[in-house]
Amino acid sequence: MLDFFTGHYAYWFTIILLCIGLYGILFKKNLIKKTIGLAILQVSVVLYFVSIASKWDATVTVIDPDIPLDQVANYLNPLPHTLMLTAIVVGVATLGVAFTLLIAIYNRYETLDEEELIEKIQ
Amino acid sequence: MIESHLPAYIALTFVLFAILIPAFGLWRSELSQPLAVIGAGLAASLSLIGFLDVLNDGAIRYYFGGWEPPVGIEFVYDGLSAFFVLIINTVAFFVLIHSHHTAKREFPGKEMPYFALAMLMLLGFNGMILTGDLFNLYVFLEISSLAAYALIAIGDKPAPYAAFRYLIIGTTGGTLYLLGVGYLYTVTGTLNIIDMSAMLPMLYESNAVFAALILMIVGIGVKAALFPMHGWLPDAYTYASSSSTALIAPIGTKVAAYILFRIILWLFGIEITDAVAPLSYIVGVLACIGILYGSVMAIAQTEMKRMLAYSSVSQIGYIIMGLSLANPWGFAGALLHVLNHAVMKACLFMVSGQLRLKEGHSNMILFDDSYRKKYPWTMASFTVAAISMVGLPPLAGFFSKWYLALGTIDNSNWLFLAVILISSLLNAVYFFRVLEKVYMMDPAKGQKEATDAIRNEAPASMLWPTGILAAGLIVIGFANAIIVGILLDIFPM
Repeated sequence: MLDFFTGHYAYWFTIILLCIGLYGILFKKNLIKKTIGLAILQVSVVLYFVSIASKWDATVTVIDPDIPLDQVANYLNPLPHTLMLTAIVVGVATLGVAFTLLIAIYNRYETLDEEELIEKIQ
Repeated sequence: MIESHLPAYIALTFVLFAILIPAFGLWRSELSQPLAVIGAGLAASLSLIGFLDVLNDGAIRYYFGGWEPPVGIEFVYDGLSAFFVLIINTVAFFVLIHSHHTAKREFPGKEMPYFALAMLMLLGFNGMILTGDLFNLYVFLEISSLAAYALIAIGDKPAPYAAFRYLIIGTTGGTLYLLGVGYLYTVTGTLNIIDMSAMLPMLYESNAVFAALILMIVGIGVKAALFPMHGWLPDAYTYASSSSTALIAPIGTKVAAYILFRIILWLFGIEITDAVAPLSYIVGVLACIGILYGSVMAIAQTEMKRMLAYSSVSQIGYIIMGLSLANPWGFAGALLHVLNHAVMKACLFMVSGQLRLKEGHSNMILFDDSYRKKYPWTMASFTVAAISMVGLPPLAGFFSKWYLALGTIDNSNWLFLAVILISSLLNAVYFFRVLEKVYMMDPAKGQKEATDAIRNEAPASMLWPTGILAAGLIVIGFANAIIVGILLDIFPM
């Protein structure tokens, strides 16, 4: 049983992060905090991808003369990392748009609290 | 060996015009809208050529840089994607022609960023449809979503808040989809859809595949506004400017529905989808609840755009229900409904844009019989689209519901059949009350006011696209047998 937790600790961390992110999105009333929750959610998925590609006793994906190509297992799988570079860029762009919208909301309603906002809109 | 560059050209047209519009728009802002129309028109004609090519010669698989999958990234241009690309580009072409006056009136001076963003959003939609790679799909999903958030934020006073809510919900959905892709990648080691679909039967009843499927359906369901995840849609469509709504509403949710088709029928196949739990039936029941909920909520609305937004929730339900039936009739009905609904909703939202331009509002309580004198052609288009939405023959809307009904009978699924029939009646309630206000004489006011009204029709650049789409509904209605014949060939099983 203990093995189940220690052996997969990287995944447990991503699950905890995922839950924190979802909690922030669902239950926080302040829109900035919601955005932070969104960022945490995205980071948890990025960390999940990075952790599935980690490998002991393996090297970076640059051809090493000591490790011939038939021992491919001694190289890391670079694909998840490169995918996550794109996903991080997407996340940054999303946060940029989110904060732009928050500025527009604040300029129009002078509040970022969800309950006050809904009252002012109606 | 690459035989045809056509799939790449369709996507690249939008990249090119997304760059050209800022370049020319900084010089002369009024050039942005014609350029956007040219871009969409070019893409629409390319997709028409491509669609005919695919019908004659079969699917085109375009390998980027000559790298063959699963190493490289490919665009898959088969019957399904050719059909969707043709619909969204053609509808976008008409909507962009229509947006000339709305853009000038609702956000003067911001035409350049608006149309550049519209091009980026269409790039995202086209990329999502064409790509054969799951991660690539995520990237295009986010490109289109980010552009859509910005487009929705241009509009009435509460528009940024509606866009922000959509951003939070939509990005959460996108992230869940990405997590699902991660699960699939760990068990199959590939991201290519065709490659992966060959491996998935070996992972029958695997928990990871099941979890991935649920995550992907939930993530994409948010974008498609599938019933419990539809919360963002009514506000976003109501508060966005008329031209953004007319652009996003007909095609945005359809593209998400396309991904559900691609994932459930092509990538997983219906057997693996239903291996652990009857997921397709659950999705179908959710779609049914969405159909009824959307129709009932639409009846309760007094604002025309809000009513149409709720009606969108209901109509996307038909498409997903047809998918969940997973038989040829249901499939053909769902795809025909994608076409019909794209044309109908574009037409209806364009009518609401015309009314907002001329009257300054689209509140249905204030409609009266003078409208029929003031806006004869606008109201005629509205009538055609509304009758088609209700589903009366010979208009297009009748046939998609007919084939969906055939599909439910094929599966002996009486619950879904009942939902189709009830919801048609509900549609009739919320569209006919508008027609009644416009075409029936109000006895309290008498005949005098109606004759006093002077003709005040919307400009030709708005009337023509609306009218052509309305006429298109009649054409689709009569050509339904040909279209369904093509669609039945696309069905994968």
